[in-house]
Amino acid sequence: MFDFSVVTTWIDELLRVTLGLNNFWTLFIEFILIGVVLLAVYAIIALILIYVERKICAFFQCRIGPNRVGKWGLIQPIADMIKILLKEIITLKNNDKFLFYLAPFFVIVGSILTFAALPFGLGLHAVDFNVGIVYILAVSSLGIIGILLAGWSSNNKYTLIGAMRSGSQLVSYELSAALSLMTIVVMAGSMQISTIVEEQSDMWFIFKGNIPAIVAFVIYMIAGHAETNRGPFDLPEAESELTAGYHTEYSGISFGLFYVAEYLNLFITSAIAATVFLGGWMPLHIPGLDGFNAVMDYIPSVIWFFGKAAFCVFLQMWVRWTFPRLRIDQLLKFEWKILMPIALVNLLVMAVCVVVF
Amino acid sequence: MKSFCNYIKSIVLGIWNLLLGMKITMLNFLRPKITEQYPENRGKQVMFERFRGSLTMVHNDKNEHGCTACGICQMNCPNGTIKIVSSMIEDAETGKKKKVLDKYLYDIGTCIFCDMCVSSCPQQAIAWSTEFEHAVFNRSKLVKQLNNEGSTLKVKEKSAPKTEVA
Repeated sequence: MFDFSVVTTWIDELLRVTLGLNNFWTLFIEFILIGVVLLAVYAIIALILIYVERKICAFFQCRIGPNRVGKWGLIQPIADMIKILLKEIITLKNNDKFLFYLAPFFVIVGSILTFAALPFGLGLHAVDFNVGIVYILAVSSLGIIGILLAGWSSNNKYTLIGAMRSGSQLVSYELSAALSLMTIVVMAGSMQISTIVEEQSDMWFIFKGNIPAIVAFVIYMIAGHAETNRGPFDLPEAESELTAGYHTEYSGISFGLFYVAEYLNLFITSAIAATVFLGGWMPLHIPGLDGFNAVMDYIPSVIWFFGKAAFCVFLQMWVRWTFPRLRIDQLLKFEWKILMPIALVNLLVMAVCVVVF
Repeated sequence: MKSFCNYIKSIVLGIWNLLLGMKITMLNFLRPKITEQYPENRGKQVMFERFRGSLTMVHNDKNEHGCTACGICQMNCPNGTIKIVSSMIEDAETGKKKKVLDKYLYDIGTCIFCDMCVSSCPQQAIAWSTEFEHAVFNRSKLVKQLNNEGSTLKVKEKSAPKTEVA
């Protein structure tokens, strides 16, 4: 399997030895390079996801979806992007201008920070703390500040209601998501994402952890889905009640940032689920079958990672285009009376399993 | 204890119902798509049989139609879309006067496709075609003459029409 650290060490050598730069400038250039690459990948994934979402939504509704711009409508998201970049940013009267323009950046920064912590492949891992899971949970909930600010500063009843709903929803579902990730942390014995991936080299956690891991996976997918404000949990933007919820008053690129962040949060949730439960970039290894394992190793790690993430994305889209929207009381009841108790019991069962077996 | 059992049961039942819903959408996902790619499949697409595209008069291969110019369709039409121009001619053999259709004028610009004319026609002389490309450059072109040039009334068997009429 190709190790991408060959490329990264080559760049490091080039800067340090061949160009003879000191430590500060080497790191400075490397940080900028990583940032640019991450932003580019972020934008490309957003474009791909918008296309995939529209296509899959159409297929679930027995339509064909975008098929006019380019072959199979492949250029459609690029046309959409150009359109949204050319749109006028409408300025409102009687609102908090500073917070209004600041809010989209909170959302997008929270999403990019989480994105940077994903292990894209062997040796392609930008942010790897020893408390990686805590970092991911912390920065991914930064976006809620942006949503609350957007709702508050727009000076509009719809945005305010949307933001309040979003706040209660995200704070509630964060708990279940964290508890289900903790289940796997108990099993892996580490919070570092690279260690969690390495631990799955003999088998993915969803298979190794038996029932508690499967339950944790389902709970994480549900809670993560609720955190992305999509599907049956799209109360913050419920079109039929609140027009567009917290981003009603936004236009042009400010709206574009919300839009892109929503799709990237979908990808990030799926990618975290793929990393923690389905082994990240780690190929499918079955202990004892060495020939099979060797064949699996020929598939590049990046393909494994994006394949698993795509599978989870498809699951989320399937759910989104199947179920009707919940009411706010049903939503909170579902979290506090069903998901959280199950997640807690599940964590306990997993801890007992790890200690006993 | 009983309420706890109900709690567990409601969760299991809920999951089962959710899975049923997901099964239905997955079946839809895999179904062939019904969207028509219109300008590309122009001429190849099949409209459904009962589509009311445009009113036509049925002609057989001897260029004969069934319209006796009775005017029932014209009277039934709520918009005055149909106009029948007829003339009386005298039969050379019997000397009886007989109404003969000259022009059957149909203005698709005012037609609401209500089907009153077709369903009320005693001779089944008119029918709907599934053709739907009606755009023209001039409003006067919307008025169409439905009977072909030189077409004549279908000659029926001597005994048959009397029993039918009665």
